[in-house]
Amino acid sequence: MKSVILKTATRLMIGLMLVFAVYVFLRGHHEPGGGFSAALLAGTAFSLLAITNGADHVRKAIRIRPSVMALAGLALAAGAGLPALFFGKPFLTGIWWQTETFAAGTPLLFDSGIFLAVLGAILSILLALEEN
Amino acid sequence: MRITPPDTGAVPDCCRKGLYSCLLPAGLFALLCLAWPRVVNGDVFTVQWAWVPSLDLNLALRLDGLSLLFGLIITMTGFFVTIYASSYMAGHPQNGRFFVFLHAFMIAMLGIVFADNLLLMFICWEATTMLSFLLIGFDHEKSDARENARQALLVTGAGGLFLLMGILLLKSAGFSMTLSVLSESADVIQNHALYPAIFICFMVGAMTKSGQVPFHFWLPNAMSAPTPISAFLHAATMVKAGIYLLMRLHPVMGGTPLWMSTLVLVGGATALWGAIQALGPCDLKRILAHTTLMALGILTLFLGGQTVLSLTAATTFLMVHALYKAALFLAVGSIDHQTGTRDLNDLGGLATRMPLTALAVAGATLSMAGFPLFFGFIGKEIMYAGALAEDMFPLFAAGITLSANALMTAVAAIILLTPFAGTLPAHLKNTCETPWTMRIGPAFMGLIGVVFGIMPEWVSENLIQPAVFAFHPDREEIRLFLFHGINLPLVLSIITLTSGAVIYRQKIRLRRGIRFLTDHLWVTMPGLYQSGLTRFLTTAATVTRILQNGSLTTYMSVIVFTLVVLTGSVWLPHVADIASIPAVTGPYIAMGLFVFVLGAAAVVVTARHRLAAIGGLGGVGGGVALIFLVFGAPDIALTQLLVETLTLIFVSLILLRLPPMEPIVKPGATFQARTLRNAILSISAGLLVFTLVSGVVSTPLDRSLTAFFETHSYVSAHGRNIVNVILVDFRSLDTLGEICVIVLAAWAGVHLIRRPFGQRKAP
Repeated sequence: MKSVILKTATRLMIGLMLVFAVYVFLRGHHEPGGGFSAALLAGTAFSLLAITNGADHVRKAIRIRPSVMALAGLALAAGAGLPALFFGKPFLTGIWWQTETFAAGTPLLFDSGIFLAVLGAILSILLALEEN
Repeated sequence: MRITPPDTGAVPDCCRKGLYSCLLPAGLFALLCLAWPRVVNGDVFTVQWAWVPSLDLNLALRLDGLSLLFGLIITMTGFFVTIYASSYMAGHPQNGRFFVFLHAFMIAMLGIVFADNLLLMFICWEATTMLSFLLIGFDHEKSDARENARQALLVTGAGGLFLLMGILLLKSAGFSMTLSVLSESADVIQNHALYPAIFICFMVGAMTKSGQVPFHFWLPNAMSAPTPISAFLHAATMVKAGIYLLMRLHPVMGGTPLWMSTLVLVGGATALWGAIQALGPCDLKRILAHTTLMALGILTLFLGGQTVLSLTAATTFLMVHALYKAALFLAVGSIDHQTGTRDLNDLGGLATRMPLTALAVAGATLSMAGFPLFFGFIGKEIMYAGALAEDMFPLFAAGITLSANALMTAVAAIILLTPFAGTLPAHLKNTCETPWTMRIGPAFMGLIGVVFGIMPEWVSENLIQPAVFAFHPDREEIRLFLFHGINLPLVLSIITLTSGAVIYRQKIRLRRGIRFLTDHLWVTMPGLYQSGLTRFLTTAATVTRILQNGSLTTYMSVIVFTLVVLTGSVWLPHVADIASIPAVTGPYIAMGLFVFVLGAAAVVVTARHRLAAIGGLGGVGGGVALIFLVFGAPDIALTQLLVETLTLIFVSLILLRLPPMEPIVKPGATFQARTLRNAILSISAGLLVFTLVSGVVSTPLDRSLTAFFETHSYVSAHGRNIVNVILVDFRSLDTLGEICVIVLAAWAGVHLIRRPFGQRKAP
């Protein structure tokens, strides 16, 4: 698309949208958001980039192939279930590491897996549509 | 460090990695030998690990006399076949793959004979089916190898499904999947109403695997596998799986009139037909393949008996056959390998050129013909005794055994005399003996028949009796002797040998007659299989054309129609009792949103351009998302909004590639059936969903789950957003499945998009 306005606006907006996606991803644990929504947001951001600057631009921006990203996401999500096995708990039980004020655990990894898998899926369809 | 030998272009004599891999069967054989003395004493080794206890699926292994006998045959044949193949397959570009398949095949077969759990046995059974497919089609560049592999897969795979049905039915009758437990409740099972169904299922499974008439036709075709595989498949694995199954099931299901009559009749038919057909071909390997059918028929025939004598006959003949058949297949492979032909008309006088192979074939064929002092003689004697002691049709059994054995004697003579005796044809002058790796197997297995034939007492005490005891409750001792005295079996033996000689004299005329017969049969099983397959494929193509016609409108209509009819037929009779029109409450802004959504929907329905329709759809989606927000479901609202946005982008990308939209009402026409149909379908689907939702709303909601998640969400999962905690923690396995679906769908979608319509191959 040759709209200069959209192109310029995209350059400003894409960073904002990606940062917002990270924000939505992180706030998901206490408020609406999470890996899936964040992936949709990031997917929208990249769609904007693809429409204005072309698919090649998106490929350069994400550096890895979207199918690899999707599979890595699946692997990460499945891998997040493994630590539980070492503690003798069922697969995918959340394992937590916590201090007085802060807690992090395998569900965070699992959510990252969701994010990557969904984003990879969206991007692979998007790029296929754009490049066809 | 390994130094690659210089490439001289010559075929290497031996494939090292193949030769070294014979350590696997050798090691397994040695392990079995360690357990052997204790098994002979009556010990039973069992191991059990829980796998899926809720499905009654345990990794239960059991080693008793029968498993031991089979295990020894499998590992020994596997050992010699591996050594043999290391030369036979030398220089083949894919011989690494060959040995992997071969050993996997062996392990799957061992799994069948050591499994105590029927489901575990089924899994190994299917594994042998798959691996035999790979091995029969090993020369995948040849179209007949592919065709034969597919035939074997379809026939034995279908039988495998029957076996699975049989196992499930047997579980409902005997309340167990464990063979050793089931044999204790044999009475209950045999008097159960489901017994005939169970029997038929198991029988079809065993018949397809063991090549019984009428499922016999895949077995001769399976010889398009490399010869070592044919030897392994015919002598020790695959086809013996069905026989093993019948033996194992004997204490559970055997002894009923149904069992006895079916096995005797099916086995008899197979034995006779296999033996007759063995005289027809000139291809040595095909002759051997038909003799395997005869052997499998005889084994089934004797398993139909209930006396210890007939079961001992079956077990003895199993050993006899395994030894001579493996030796003969390997020897025929050697002839083929050295001369380049296995056609009887081109062969002769090879005894001087390949002396050790000739000796091995002599040992094997004399055992096959049942000459005195050979193991086959012992087998034949006990077969006649066993046939006469059958509970059902003893004369039929004895007659079949007699004629099949006479034919086998003639075939044995053909296999021994035609290629090895007589004058050496000119084109075979340069033939030389095979390397040691290809001599050791046939020689050992061909000549051990003599050893066993001279000391039958030892064999019967250490191998056959423990095996028979494992599947027959009566501990009646049947000893094998070299000479039983002058009795009816001996007389029958002499008749067999003489009539075998007579048949051999007439072999040319008989061959012509049998060819004429097989060429002029009206109905043949291969023909039925072929026409059935063709008809199946055309039916599938027709069904696919109707159901998968490529019109998205049709797909959607079918889906919505099914939803309306199926759900509606169940739901509508109760609609008045449960559903009620809910009272209209809520903030006023929701009212405005409803109106907005309705308006957007009206735009979709009446749009004349796609972009307008898409815009309308986006309006509907966005409006619904806002309604979610107003009624306090921010998570769903957020997701819905994001999904709507992305969908809009994707759909507009697709839109650019579509032809202009067909007008809903064609110019000039005022009324169209299609429009009316779509309208009725949409409105009824909408009404149905409305009544369903109102029904759900009027049913009191069980809040116990909500309460659980509310109390546990922060305490055990450190999150306050219950929806997300459920997604990534409490029910993360579901989520994992869902993202798998998303990735798979994307993958499929990419491939659909990438391939332009013009470049699609015609189906």
